Amino acid sequence: MQVARPFSGTDRRQEQVGLVSQALQYIFSGITAGSIYAIVAIGFNIVYSTTGIINFAQGEFFMLGGMTAVTLSAFLPLPLAIAGAVVVVGLVGGALDVFFFRRLRKPSILQMIIITIGLSIVIREAALHIWDEKVRALPYFTGDACSSVKVLGAAISPQVFWVLVTVGVVVIALHCFLRYSIVGKAMRACASNSTASTLAGINATNMRTLAFVLSAGLGALAGCVVSPISMTSYDMGTSLAIKGFSAAILGGLGNHMAAVAGGLAVGIAESCSVHYVPAAYKDAIAFAILLLVLFVRPQGLFGGTEVGTSSREF
Amino acid sequence: MQRHPIIPIVALVGAIIAVQVTATLSGREYYLTQLIMSAYYTIVVCGLCLVMGYAGQLSLGHGAFFALGGYTTAVLTTLDFSSGAINLAATGLGRGLLKVGILVAQTDLYGRDFVAFTPWAAFIAALLLTLAIAVVVGYPALRLRGHYLAMATLGFGLIVYRLLLGTEWTGSADGISSVPGWHILPGVVICGKSAHRVKNYYVAWGLVVFVLSFIVNVVRSRTGRALRSIHDGELAANAMGIHTAGYKLKVFVLSAGMAGVAGSFLTHYNGGIGPSEAGAMKSVRYVTLVAAGGMANVWGVLMVGSVLTFLSLRGCFGSMDHAVFGGILILIMSFAPQGPLKPLGDFLSRVRSACRRAPRDSAAGRPGDGDLPGRLG
Amino acid sequence: MIQLREGPGTVICLDALGSVMEAASEIGMALLDIQNVCHAFGGLVALDSVTFSVFPDQIKAVIGPNGAGKTTLFNVVSGILRSDTGDVLLEGSPITGLQPYEIGQRGISRTFQNLSLFAHMSVLENVMVGCHCRTRAGIISSALRLPRHRRDERQAREKSLEYLAAVGLADRRDWPVAELPFGQRRLVELARALATEAKLLLLDEPASGLNTKETDDLGQIICQIRDRGIAILLVEHDMSLVMDISDSIFVLNFGKPVAEGPPTEIRSDPEVISIYLGGDFDSVTD
Repeated sequence: MQVARPFSGTDRRQEQVGLVSQALQYIFSGITAGSIYAIVAIGFNIVYSTTGIINFAQGEFFMLGGMTAVTLSAFLPLPLAIAGAVVVVGLVGGALDVFFFRRLRKPSILQMIIITIGLSIVIREAALHIWDEKVRALPYFTGDACSSVKVLGAAISPQVFWVLVTVGVVVIALHCFLRYSIVGKAMRACASNSTASTLAGINATNMRTLAFVLSAGLGALAGCVVSPISMTSYDMGTSLAIKGFSAAILGGLGNHMAAVAGGLAVGIAESCSVHYVPAAYKDAIAFAILLLVLFVRPQGLFGGTEVGTSSREF
Repeated sequence: MQRHPIIPIVALVGAIIAVQVTATLSGREYYLTQLIMSAYYTIVVCGLCLVMGYAGQLSLGHGAFFALGGYTTAVLTTLDFSSGAINLAATGLGRGLLKVGILVAQTDLYGRDFVAFTPWAAFIAALLLTLAIAVVVGYPALRLRGHYLAMATLGFGLIVYRLLLGTEWTGSADGISSVPGWHILPGVVICGKSAHRVKNYYVAWGLVVFVLSFIVNVVRSRTGRALRSIHDGELAANAMGIHTAGYKLKVFVLSAGMAGVAGSFLTHYNGGIGPSEAGAMKSVRYVTLVAAGGMANVWGVLMVGSVLTFLSLRGCFGSMDHAVFGGILILIMSFAPQGPLKPLGDFLSRVRSACRRAPRDSAAGRPGDGDLPGRLG
Repeated sequence: MIQLREGPGTVICLDALGSVMEAASEIGMALLDIQNVCHAFGGLVALDSVTFSVFPDQIKAVIGPNGAGKTTLFNVVSGILRSDTGDVLLEGSPITGLQPYEIGQRGISRTFQNLSLFAHMSVLENVMVGCHCRTRAGIISSALRLPRHRRDERQAREKSLEYLAAVGLADRRDWPVAELPFGQRRLVELARALATEAKLLLLDEPASGLNTKETDDLGQIICQIRDRGIAILLVEHDMSLVMDISDSIFVLNFGKPVAEGPPTEIRSDPEVISIYLGGDFDSVTD
């Protein structure tokens, strides 16, 4: 089918503007999802660097945050509901450490991973029984589902800005905390060498619990802030955990700043993939990135330690 | 336990027969259905036991291999290869296959004609595909350490799951149904009809006996020793000239093949397959069963695996099904990571060594009492 | 002290002081050649132009203070590390850069300083693992119990029992290794390394943790291994053992070769003494 009139300059510009705004749409949705993956990745990193454990239940903290906030918002104003959810889920995270990990006698790393897998399953099923399989969502913080802001031709929901701002604040606050506060430095000490830090008077066990509480609370906060856009359902935790892990690995395990970069990369890749690959496969993109990183460069883009060699872990 | 490996196998065969006879005589033959299904799942778990318990590698993606085997069988026996994009029947190759009988013209439930592969050909294709993918995935993955391997296999399983879920010709979320029966031997058809149930029971559990004998023989051979040495000290195993990376890959591929075979068989029995077989929940369940059965104890894994799977299939755990397995996983890993029977085994071996040590001090003497030099050469 | 060593192609010479020195002749070939091996871990130089040879029927000891690079040297020879520069040759052909298991298959086996036995296997099974690279039955023949599998099993079992008997542990063959006392576990590890039918055995501090009597017995066993034609490269801190059984000693300090020669020479070498004891000393009396 041919266009009858000759191709004029305005047509081309319009076409370009259309392409740019479409690309921007992809990028913004990628950044939105990516910043969530970044938070999950940071949560992984906090626990990993302090304890060496990959906490599979990280994704469930997200889900719990959103669900708890929805329940609380029935009788509390929204900000309080969210704060309450963060506290509750933070306590759940701490409880995981106190009741499970503290009781183990010198477990191997692999044992710990399998235990966290089991924990994530149990948490999921508990959530299913407490709430049920219906999808829930918090109300939009500002505006509603229809409001949108035009950025360079792309229509962005205001909630996206909430997400970005929250994630940005969290990242900066965490960075300052770990770098400048005593407690933060103590956590970093435990991450480097827990025996030495114990000898220096740091209670490594409490640091570990703090790591769990922190990662759970942050996860819950992110789960609340993204709930209006991407809904909350009892089974969203698993794939979120894997995607967050992909982001963490891409940046390099243990590196908080790199996790942000990794999360954004995964989110944008996932979003742009819709252009090239059937949308049904979109979720597989993050997993494919995971495999690619693990096979080609397990230490990630910014990591340094050699993780390739194989050794028995059981 | 190590002396006569044939005894437990004979006992197993006896138990299989006893269960069937009891079920038939007591009018509860419908139990056989779930027993058949749990037999096939148990095969996956036994193969995984080799990988986890002996080679010491964690695979969180074995459900994907089961699904690959099952789906290949399902796709090749139900898709119409005489129309549309896959019009194989029109090509020279297709005509040749039709003549040989690998492709068969059939009529489906609605009376429509279609051309598809025979189950035997589909099975061979399923096995080869599963083995090939296991090699491709295993080769890079097995060089990774503990938790990286776990994530890589989990990621692989999830990719397969998503691909199956999102592809139209694999049936998307509904999977594939109306998979025909498989005339595996004259007079024996693998299908879900109750008339063939008893025969299917013996086929399924016969396969279990075969796989188990295979595994037991491998464990009691130099390969088994090599695997256990890799598990106990990979560096030393390498120093003894054992190609540890090669063995880990071989065992991984072997277990993947077993899973694919089980998937193929069960798909014919069930008459269909769904994408949840490739999901993380199934894969984690297989790992749970290996852990609960005792990691390196293939008999324990067989018993625990088949019993728990049977109970789950019968619906005994109700809506708490997933939670039960998650809970078992946590408990086993926290308190008895080498399997629930290990504390018992430890106790027994302490008793044994106490008995051993009593006569030792009096009779045998200690090496180094001057009887060493001169023994060499 | 006079040492006479006879063997094909060995030249015995007397120096002016009446002590005996051994020199390899042009006809005899070295079993292991280490040529100009250098290896650094970042800025830390672990090995610096290390060159020496080990001959068949020879016990060569490598000594030096802690941190001298002895373990690094072993790891380079056994393939765990790849040296930055230099070559390692086994019977003339290069083995630099080969994987550890390939080097194991070619005839170099080793024991480990901190013992690396297979904790969940019995004594006999541990030694049978050593036979692995000399047998061939694969997964399929094992699974189907084909004749090749049965033959291999029988052979491996017989050979392993022989080696266990040689170190005096035949009656402990069905014990789990974890139940053996430390000295006997060392012997199991030695038997396992022997079972690989290696031409060269790398022994990493085999006497560590042994008492005087056990060390003496170990020394005798090592000499018997040497008399069977297997070359031995030994890293050891126990000087009495080293001086007793070695045919030749190579001294390392901070990764650099310091001296090489028979025990009598090394014992009285002033530089060697100063490395161990510090400062200047006149030669130590016997």
